[in-house]
Amino acid sequence: MVDFAQPENAFKPGLPGAAEPACRVVPKYSDQGEREGDWLEISMGPQHPSTHGVFRMDLVLEGETVIRLKPVFGYLHRNHEKIAEQTTYLSSMPYTDRLDYFCSMTNNWAYALAVEKLAGLQVPERAEYIRIITAELTRLQNHACLMGFLMQDLGAMGTPLMYAFREREKILDLFEALSGARMMCNYMRFGGCRIDLPPGWLEQTRRLVADFPRFLDEFEALLTGNEIVMARLQGVGALSRELAINAGISGPMLRASGVNYDIRKVDQYGIYNRFEFRVPLGAHGDCYDRFMLRLLEMRESLRILEPALKDIPSGPIIDARAKLRNFKPRPGEAYGRIEAPKGELGFYLVSDGSANPYRYRVRPPSLINLTILEDLCLGQKVADVVIILGSVDIVLGEVDR
Amino acid sequence: MPGFGIIKGLKETARNFFGSYHDPGRFVTIQYPEEKREHHENYRSFPFLVYDGDPVKGLRCVSCKICEKECPPQCIYIVPEQDGSGKLLKFPRIFDIDVSVCMGCQICVEVCPFDSIKMDQEFEVSTADRFGGLILNRSKLAKSNEYYHQIRPAEATAVDAQLAAERERQQAKAAAAKSPAPAAAATREKKP
Repeated sequence: MVDFAQPENAFKPGLPGAAEPACRVVPKYSDQGEREGDWLEISMGPQHPSTHGVFRMDLVLEGETVIRLKPVFGYLHRNHEKIAEQTTYLSSMPYTDRLDYFCSMTNNWAYALAVEKLAGLQVPERAEYIRIITAELTRLQNHACLMGFLMQDLGAMGTPLMYAFREREKILDLFEALSGARMMCNYMRFGGCRIDLPPGWLEQTRRLVADFPRFLDEFEALLTGNEIVMARLQGVGALSRELAINAGISGPMLRASGVNYDIRKVDQYGIYNRFEFRVPLGAHGDCYDRFMLRLLEMRESLRILEPALKDIPSGPIIDARAKLRNFKPRPGEAYGRIEAPKGELGFYLVSDGSANPYRYRVRPPSLINLTILEDLCLGQKVADVVIILGSVDIVLGEVDR
Repeated sequence: MPGFGIIKGLKETARNFFGSYHDPGRFVTIQYPEEKREHHENYRSFPFLVYDGDPVKGLRCVSCKICEKECPPQCIYIVPEQDGSGKLLKFPRIFDIDVSVCMGCQICVEVCPFDSIKMDQEFEVSTADRFGGLILNRSKLAKSNEYYHQIRPAEATAVDAQLAAERERQQAKAAAAKSPAPAAAATREKKP
């Protein structure tokens, strides 16, 4: 037992093995070489609760203003892509759940879409409907959670987050009844879905969809007109249209900057062309736009869900040609992308005709939306960095892979 | 008017607070160890092996090792039984699942051609022994078909019907093989 009260055992920064100090003061000099105060270097994270997981930002502050920001990630790296290249196509499916662990259904769908392109499988009508229903439910719960987390970052401790989690709980219960697991659904298969809907599931979902606007109204009454929310979010972290396009930003962040680009409309994968929905756009690209845009997207998701739940046909749920064992698609390459709740989620696969992909690459929306974090945060106060990061909507499981 | 948004927000919070006493839609917390939620039939935790009749001889597993090969985190370990001359028998001598590695994805259940491995609904599997206690061996994994019927009635009935049909087909095939004339006809039909 080491006695830390003894002076020879005291903590000495800079010694080998000793922890790095979390912050450092760097003297600042003017052009004439005169001392002009200090800069403060802060390592924010990876254990900081507002960094949404194990994410670190190396900040340089002048007073409270951010003058440099370096995102550091990789703490959750688990070699997803190389593992997928060594296992069969089917065995990678449960690993895709763990990319963006809030939206396992959309991750499954993107991967299944890429493999279906590779193997030339046709998805039956009923499975397409189930996919759309589960994906839109995923979008509802992801956006609800995100808004809860954003409010938590603002300092609204607990209450909005718990309201959002209450709604998420209902959707996760539906996922559990459908796939057997709440978060790691592992539900979609190449050429369809794993099992058919359990009895009564559609009724429950219809009830949830009918009830959901009540929660949205409540959330809007609680937050959107709130002075604190408006003061803290409006004009903070504005992302210009040009930068958003040049940096390859996708999803709600891109649309909040006023770019009309929704892969559901552009690609019309699945059967999205049969549904009427609008694409909400932001005008300023600030945090408030990103927040409001997600609220509006949830209302549009409900507009997709209502007819989908009404029109869902009966029939097979998986392509008869789809094989579970000994699945070997023909050689070639395919890129399948979908509009995941966080942005464009794509899977690029190269097949050499064997049982496992030759190359497997994920295009994670969280990582690419994170690349402009410094541009958003420069000149902002350190308390706003937390909000800007919250409005970007990252999940570290997807950033690090 | 400054402050109005806060009052509006507090009104919502109050509505939720009082609503939680009478609106059943808002009751979500359960006092867990005393009260337990009912599982959905599809709920899954960890795999188990189904047997009919005898817990050892009645195992449906033929140790074909397909699940071992397909398991994404490679948590299944199978050694087939051998007879005296070293010939492999269609029966597992060792069937271990490391549940500290298993992620409950049920790929093993899907790829099993013999319906011998299924997903359990037992979730309270914590143990103080983190090495031996988390490796489930053949005897710990074996659970009866009745138990399977109990946790997943619809699925188990479908599996039973499928297995019975398979057995009938096998018997019909065996009967056809015994009587020479139809068998010869079958081979003739196959040739072109």
